[in-house]
Amino acid sequence: MAYLYMAMMALVTYLIRVIPLTFFRKKIENPYIQSFLYYVPYTCLTAMTFPAIFYATNSVVSALAGVLAAVILAFYNKSLVTVAAAACIAVFFTEHFL
Amino acid sequence: MRRQEFQYGLRDGVPIAAGYFSVSFSFGIMALGGGLSIFQAALTSLTNMTSAGQFAGLQIIIAGGTLLEMAATQLIINLRYALMSLSLSQKLSKDVTLWQRFVIAFANTDEIFAVAMSHQRELTFSYIIGLQILPIVGWTAGTACGAAAGSMLPAAVNSALSVALYGMFLAVVIPAAKKARPVLITALLAAALSCILYYVPWFSGVSAGMSIILCTVVASLFGAVVFPVSEEGGDK
Repeated sequence: MAYLYMAMMALVTYLIRVIPLTFFRKKIENPYIQSFLYYVPYTCLTAMTFPAIFYATNSVVSALAGVLAAVILAFYNKSLVTVAAAACIAVFFTEHFL
Repeated sequence: MRRQEFQYGLRDGVPIAAGYFSVSFSFGIMALGGGLSIFQAALTSLTNMTSAGQFAGLQIIIAGGTLLEMAATQLIINLRYALMSLSLSQKLSKDVTLWQRFVIAFANTDEIFAVAMSHQRELTFSYIIGLQILPIVGWTAGTACGAAAGSMLPAAVNSALSVALYGMFLAVVIPAAKKARPVLITALLAAALSCILYYVPWFSGVSAGMSIILCTVVASLFGAVVFPVSEEGGDK
């Protein structure tokens, strides 16, 4: 069954990428569609992060430490890898010392 | 294939590949925790080349959602790639044939797109293929290593690594939210909606995939209506 899900994921994702590169090559002019697509990455990433991140670790407290570390470093425009690593380290130390 | 172009592409792909390896490592751990095998986890990464989309897909597999839910979630979350493919299509060299377009569409990720669009010279097929190869290897190998290591790592390390992907998501959203208030407001709205669907008992029937779709669509629609971006406002 997992393979069916995986095939569906890969197929839909590929179609989204391939159709505008091959057949449908017009530019999207409608400002509302443009705006909608502009916001999608931010809204979907945030919706997937909250509240799920609070329950991703062994305790809500360590998860909060991870969120805090990530938010602070992301605010100072640190790279993706730096922010992700800092969140992990914050979780690890919080769980270690509590 | 033009060898020189291909090598330029390879070189530009190295930093992307390194970043992908470390991020997909945590996806591998999560996939294994969600019940996928090492092979399935790596195959998912190889055939999708997305982070948010794969992550949402994993949630649906774990929750036992429907195939329709899977298709709809991927469509909404990955719709932005249609825009990127459109822009890329305008910038491609005229020599790029139709079948070559079928090939390069496969790994048109956020980072590869960004590098390709900032490429100063003509965008050839050889360059793009060179640019894509190492990130594809890095993303797939990182997932396999993460899934393989996940079963051996101590629980404390697994717990810590499971926030890596979320950390990366925050690293994408927060700088953009700092720069543009509309992004901040729509992202906060999405988070609030997601929490409501999660915590309010009345919505307990809403599945994980459905919740992602609803929050994304409602918050993005709100953003599009209240804060439409101007022509060049979306820095895609």
